[in-house]
Amino acid sequence: MPLYLNEDQQMLHDSAAEFMKGEAPVSHLREFRDKQCKDGFSHALWKQFAEMGFTGILIGEDEGGLGLGHVEAGVVLEEIGRNLTPSPFLTTAVAGVEALNAGSKALRDRYFPGIIAGETVLALAIDEGAKHRPDQISMAATREGNGFKLDGKKQFVVQGGSADMLIVAARTSGATGDDKGLTLFAVDANAAGVSRDSARLVDSAMAAHVRFDGVTVDADAVIGEVDDGDIVLRRLLNAGRSGAAAETLGVGAGAMDITVDYVKGRSQFGALIGSFQALQHRIAHLYSAMEIARATVLKAQQMLDEGSSKAELMVSVAKAKAGKATSLSVKEGVQMHGGVGMTDEYDIGLYMKRDRALQEFMGDVNYHTNLVAEMHGY
Amino acid sequence: MSDLETFRAETAAWLEANCPPEMREPMTGEDDAVWGGRNPTYKPGQKEWLDIMAAKGWTVPDWPKEYGGGGLSGAEAKILGQEMARLKCRSPLSSFGIWMLGPALLQFGTEAQKKHFLPPIARGEIRWCQGYSEPGSGSDLASLQTSAIDQGDHFVVNGQKIWTSYADKADWIFCLTRTDKNEKHKGITFMLFDMASEGVTTKPIELISGASAFCETFFDDVKVPKEYGEGVSSVVYEVNKGWDVAKYLLGHERSMISDQGGSTGGSLGAKFADQIGRDAMGRLDAPMLRAELADIDIELLAFRAMAERFGDTFKAGLCHPAQPNMMKYAGTEINKRRHELIMSAGGSEVLEWESDASNGGMTARSWLRTKANSIEGGTSEVMLNVISKQILRLPGA
Repeated sequence: MPLYLNEDQQMLHDSAAEFMKGEAPVSHLREFRDKQCKDGFSHALWKQFAEMGFTGILIGEDEGGLGLGHVEAGVVLEEIGRNLTPSPFLTTAVAGVEALNAGSKALRDRYFPGIIAGETVLALAIDEGAKHRPDQISMAATREGNGFKLDGKKQFVVQGGSADMLIVAARTSGATGDDKGLTLFAVDANAAGVSRDSARLVDSAMAAHVRFDGVTVDADAVIGEVDDGDIVLRRLLNAGRSGAAAETLGVGAGAMDITVDYVKGRSQFGALIGSFQALQHRIAHLYSAMEIARATVLKAQQMLDEGSSKAELMVSVAKAKAGKATSLSVKEGVQMHGGVGMTDEYDIGLYMKRDRALQEFMGDVNYHTNLVAEMHGY
Repeated sequence: MSDLETFRAETAAWLEANCPPEMREPMTGEDDAVWGGRNPTYKPGQKEWLDIMAAKGWTVPDWPKEYGGGGLSGAEAKILGQEMARLKCRSPLSSFGIWMLGPALLQFGTEAQKKHFLPPIARGEIRWCQGYSEPGSGSDLASLQTSAIDQGDHFVVNGQKIWTSYADKADWIFCLTRTDKNEKHKGITFMLFDMASEGVTTKPIELISGASAFCETFFDDVKVPKEYGEGVSSVVYEVNKGWDVAKYLLGHERSMISDQGGSTGGSLGAKFADQIGRDAMGRLDAPMLRAELADIDIELLAFRAMAERFGDTFKAGLCHPAQPNMMKYAGTEINKRRHELIMSAGGSEVLEWESDASNGGMTARSWLRTKANSIEGGTSEVMLNVISKQILRLPGA
């Protein structure tokens, strides 16, 4: 398979690009931020996502979705990143759906129709500390009657406050750090004992601290098999990380584009500042880093879609490389904008904020760099 | 099975059956490469491998069959490359004729030139060198001064080239000469002549690595015929239009040099963890070095994906014409970084310059050699200028 978008994927790209630019450009993010929207995204826009078919991208055709793959999800996510569009797409339609794809038919029947229709929102309750450490999950789920009782705390649950269902990773056996003994649950966000404390993040997205106090769920809330949650979690994380890498790529590309435009229009010392070699070489270096990140992200998505045994390694490489390139893009962007880069009026600062949040989502550059070393056996 | 899957299976089987075992061992240095030519040197297995691959046209798999190539499609050539890499088969032939002159002739040559010059390149019979840089014309290559004066049925060439790779071992040269002193870019001609011609002398340049791959090349009243019989012109394209050929070729050279970033074996970290030591968790127990090694693993895997994408988009006509400049910049910079880390991880042992244990200082010499990567074929700074102007369309100074 050649490492570029095929004709169908290119068409999806064109329609996603037109849609985001038309319906949810950066001004849309500003509007929702300025009116202090408690959900951090527009439910009407989420309905439009559904009308475009985006919400069912990873859902099988026999279940009412489009039956497409991670490449296609990434195509949509890149445009989300480029326009800083606020939406629950990554948590719900990508990572959430991929976890449910590993679950029972009953669970899929319960949640997929609402997701496809743009009505249901999912959130991921994985992290328990300030840094992403899924191998250190200690929240407990103990057997009770026909089901389980959940006790513990989660944080950085993006869209947690507005979610209808939470995908919760908890320990059903073994000790913290063990590979086995994790179980994933689909928990009604409004169940008794669930308390959600939402906070607005630096990029205006909403994320919740979620407490579980004796929350009881039936056995059929288990996604996949009890104690084999690592299998489901791996699918969820691969989808979420490659998706986050694609969105990050869009953020970096968008920031680079507006920076290139800016230096072509701003004059100092009687010349356009884009004519100065001191800036040209840095922008050209950034272009190179972004091009490499783009190839890497697409490669990881293709490998996931092919079911390659090395996909997980490439997903970490992609999350790290996209993170490094985009971090450079937003930092150089603010610096090259000069004083106006510090103002709220110019968009470049918004790109820097979204990048910061995406860096932390499902593991930052350091986290994935360490994983790459481990996967290589050192 | 699809046609391509069948091709993959048949190719793998053929390689398994025909590649000599010595040619499936990793190369231990630049002198393990096979360059062919009039006075070739071969180690065991090399000649057999070259001949059997040349017979199939697989020294140049995607060239047309009538010029000695394999006539493979882009997809088939990619599969052949993948299978050779997977089975660790060495490249049968290293050749500036294949990498540089061939693509230029395929693009700009006449039918007579292609028939005359390409098959001996494919079979490794004629070894070519490139006469581009001059002492006063490095990054500003188009300022070159080596003159070619029209004398009716021949040109007379005078001047000096520098950094001519393996000029002392080459049979023929493709050379940029000045045919009009009143023009810069439009006064340059791309010509081909025999290095055995009277008036050609070469002098190897000793480098910081101790090797002498590059030469100074002098031309004193060298007579270059206008034709080599049967209407085979010594000038490629047209007189005073050599810069078009040179620019096209620089694109090829840049993507070729960039390959050094992509074709670099496995993870360094795993190898050095065994040498340096591991902690109780099995981690390389020099944490800062481990972090740097993991970072270069990421950069190398990322660049490998980039190289694949570049190849695919190039073949499909989808990539920006100046993209080879980006590939050259990124590939050479990462290769230099990789060798810095190899030296750092190797410690005092890889400082040895001549000992048998160090294989004649191979690690250190290779490290020093990589410093040329970002100078030869256009410096990194020139690459960044080209990206700025041609791809990003940044304003002129």
